[in-house]
Amino acid sequence: MLKKFEISFLPISVSVEKVTDLSPLKKILSPLIALILGLLIGAILILLAGSNPLLGYQALYEGTFGSLDSFTEVLIKAIPLVIVGMGIAIAFQASFWNIGGEGQILMGAIMATWIGTMKFLPAPLMLPLILLGSFVAGCLWGSIAGIFKSKFGLNEVIVTIMLNYVAIYLQIYMVRGPLIDKSMPFWPMSEYLPSYAFLPRLLSTTRLHAGLFLAIGVIISAWIILYHLPFGYKIQAIGLNPSAAQYGGINVGWTLILTVGLSGGLAGLVGANEICGVHHRLLDNISAGYGYTAIVVAVLGHLKPLGVLIAGFFFGALIVGADSIKQMATTPAALVLVFQGMILILVLVIDVLFHYHIHVVRKKEKGEST
Amino acid sequence: MGKQLDKMLERINKNEVMNTYRKHGTSSMAYLEICEVTKHFPGGVVALDHISLSVEKGEIRAILGENGAGKTTLMNILYGLYQPDKGKMILDGKVLQGHTPQKALNLGIGMVHQNFMLVEAFTVLENILVGLPPPQPLLLTSTRVEKRIRELSRKYNLPVDCQARISDLSVGEQQRVEIVKALYRDAQLIILDEPTAVLTPQEVEVLFKVLKEMAAQGKTILFISHKLKEVCSISDRITVLRAGKVIGTIPTSEATHHKLADMMVGKEVILKLERPTCPSGKIVLKVSELSACKSRGVEVLKGVSFVVREGEILGVAGVSGNGQLELAEVLTGLIPATRGKIILSGKDITGSLPRGRIDAGLAYIPGDRLRWGCIPDFSVANNLVLKSFWKDPFTIHGLLQPQKIVGSAQRLIREFDIRTPSSKVEVKKLSGGNIQKMILAREMSLGPSILLAAQPSRGLDIAATEYIWQRLLQTREEKKGVLLISEDLEEILTLSDRIIVMYEGRIRKEMPNENVDINKLGLLMAGAEIG
Repeated sequence: MLKKFEISFLPISVSVEKVTDLSPLKKILSPLIALILGLLIGAILILLAGSNPLLGYQALYEGTFGSLDSFTEVLIKAIPLVIVGMGIAIAFQASFWNIGGEGQILMGAIMATWIGTMKFLPAPLMLPLILLGSFVAGCLWGSIAGIFKSKFGLNEVIVTIMLNYVAIYLQIYMVRGPLIDKSMPFWPMSEYLPSYAFLPRLLSTTRLHAGLFLAIGVIISAWIILYHLPFGYKIQAIGLNPSAAQYGGINVGWTLILTVGLSGGLAGLVGANEICGVHHRLLDNISAGYGYTAIVVAVLGHLKPLGVLIAGFFFGALIVGADSIKQMATTPAALVLVFQGMILILVLVIDVLFHYHIHVVRKKEKGEST
Repeated sequence: MGKQLDKMLERINKNEVMNTYRKHGTSSMAYLEICEVTKHFPGGVVALDHISLSVEKGEIRAILGENGAGKTTLMNILYGLYQPDKGKMILDGKVLQGHTPQKALNLGIGMVHQNFMLVEAFTVLENILVGLPPPQPLLLTSTRVEKRIRELSRKYNLPVDCQARISDLSVGEQQRVEIVKALYRDAQLIILDEPTAVLTPQEVEVLFKVLKEMAAQGKTILFISHKLKEVCSISDRITVLRAGKVIGTIPTSEATHHKLADMMVGKEVILKLERPTCPSGKIVLKVSELSACKSRGVEVLKGVSFVVREGEILGVAGVSGNGQLELAEVLTGLIPATRGKIILSGKDITGSLPRGRIDAGLAYIPGDRLRWGCIPDFSVANNLVLKSFWKDPFTIHGLLQPQKIVGSAQRLIREFDIRTPSSKVEVKKLSGGNIQKMILAREMSLGPSILLAAQPSRGLDIAATEYIWQRLLQTREEKKGVLLISEDLEEILTLSDRIIVMYEGRIRKEMPNENVDINKLGLLMAGAEIG
């Protein structure tokens, strides 16, 4: 595939060739180059802001990998990103653009809180019920868009975005109404879940919780589903060529709904993960935009389980690391957002550039008769 | 005033340029010269094979050919939508280089596409303004523009309502907007791709009047069609394309339906295959009074009935767009039947899902092999199990068995001589012939009782065509039924035991394949009346 671009005012023409198979070395190299470039440009920015970039990066390192405490914080951020990211990647593999991760997380969180505050449930059953309930909640919420797309041909991007708003306002209503902590009626928060509903802490000195195993389990299950079950074959088939899939006897509409249900279910699980693992109660902004960041995680991970795992971890580090630079008194807080955005753009751009060979050729004299 | 003067000067200059050409001995240069244009498509299809033709100014030139002959591809190249692999085009003395639609517009080439390129939610005026070359009018409600449109529609007798929304217009009116759009851009060469396909006979008559008026005013018109009657009544000269080659150009006054049909479908048979007599057995497929609609609710298949027996190839001949595609899709369950019945091996499958029909023993080689027949981004092995991946032995205890899938793929690759570096290569990297062999291998591996093959050799080279044809004959000898839908008469005549001809969604004629008069067949396909 060769594409040629003519830039009329320059004496060169640029042709771009797409490389379909990337060597494994280049696959590893592309995010590394992006990271190094990002750090270099970031250094200039910190310098311009009047601080010492070396100190800034020392803080970045300390804040992410410098101590056990900070490293577990990275993992805590990475867990939800990996789980939702995998869910979104599954939907994307079926060419269903699920932008609704955020809403699906919130529906899962609401369901988790609701079940978690039912005091009459037996303690040993509590955590399994919460996880199952939040999965089902996210699954149903996601399926709505799946049904709308396969039955009525509605654009899933619009439907999922709209459903995000519905879920956000439902959550806002819930913590102010039905689920509010009756002992503190002025704060928009639910009451704390009983401690037997918590995801157990893994290390006594840190906040790291059993959600870590949840994330790893999700990645392994996704790998099995996508590459070892007939259902995974169907997901990929309808994503790559729905016509041929239908011709091959696959029920495209039903497969799509199930796929989106699975995708939403994983997002719902993150709702439970945040409630039972981190906050232990429902409050505003519980998801911190994980549903949106996870889209980037999914794309950056090339929609593959291992890729999503790595990308999720990378983004966890980016979020925590940026926060730690912010704590340096001399660095403006807004710079952190600039830094985050820049790394992201660089990673995406370099990833794309690696997929192309670019040739620049000097233009020949024009041979036209006019 | 100044502007007009400039324009006039420009025209005079142009004439001078033309005159210098004439003086330098290039006076034979026609208005449009296409030299040796060649175009390949992915999948090994040669769409255009060294096409050369020249068109004079003010001429209505018909480009006649069956579907897949390369007419539309050629026009898309002329309009800059595709780049030719080889060859050059000269318009009005200018070589078209690095051709794009924008350049084509600036050079005065206008195109009315088969599927109109109009924005449905916009008004007629807005659609005409969209994509105008600079200087663009500032306001979309420009009265100046509206005035010019009115002048044009008076001049060519093309009434349009500038403020009407496209979605409210009939198809004929939409086409008129497309023509006005081309005229507004001062197009000198207007390409019409199958313009009558969507029109009623009355609308066709009006269109032809307009075209003649335009030609009389010095516009050059390329009229693409596969309908003999229309071509004969509108054009000055006719160029016939077949399989990407120019077969010939004749003045319309010398053309007869018979002669054109001959040129279109070709008389000579490239391949001679043995078709041993084969006693046909009991009925495998019985179709009665089958009807179906296209997406827009237009009935395109109107009560078709036929049977296919074991050990028999039934050929369905017809020019594309006469319901054959829908016949195949209804039979395979991709679109629902609105009326009628399909009985496969004694079982009513009229309402079954595609999978039910596959299980009942229906195999299908789709006409559009990249869109329907395979998943180009899947490996050969994965494509080969598209219709059986969930079954034993490819799935055991709910888990896919990659070794079994690859093993079976390797067997099929050997058996069907599929040329691929390995079974793990993506299908999109294979040539068209090998993709078709892969599809055939998959369908035959299911052990079907009937094989439905649509355009099985379209775009394939001779070797691959011969292979596929031999396989179809072999299938017939294995006492299976074959329903062959093809626009290629040669294919139909070489392979079929019986032939049915479809025209406008109905079966026009059924006949045994013995001493068939190819001219008569061509005429039946083109909808001509036979006395």
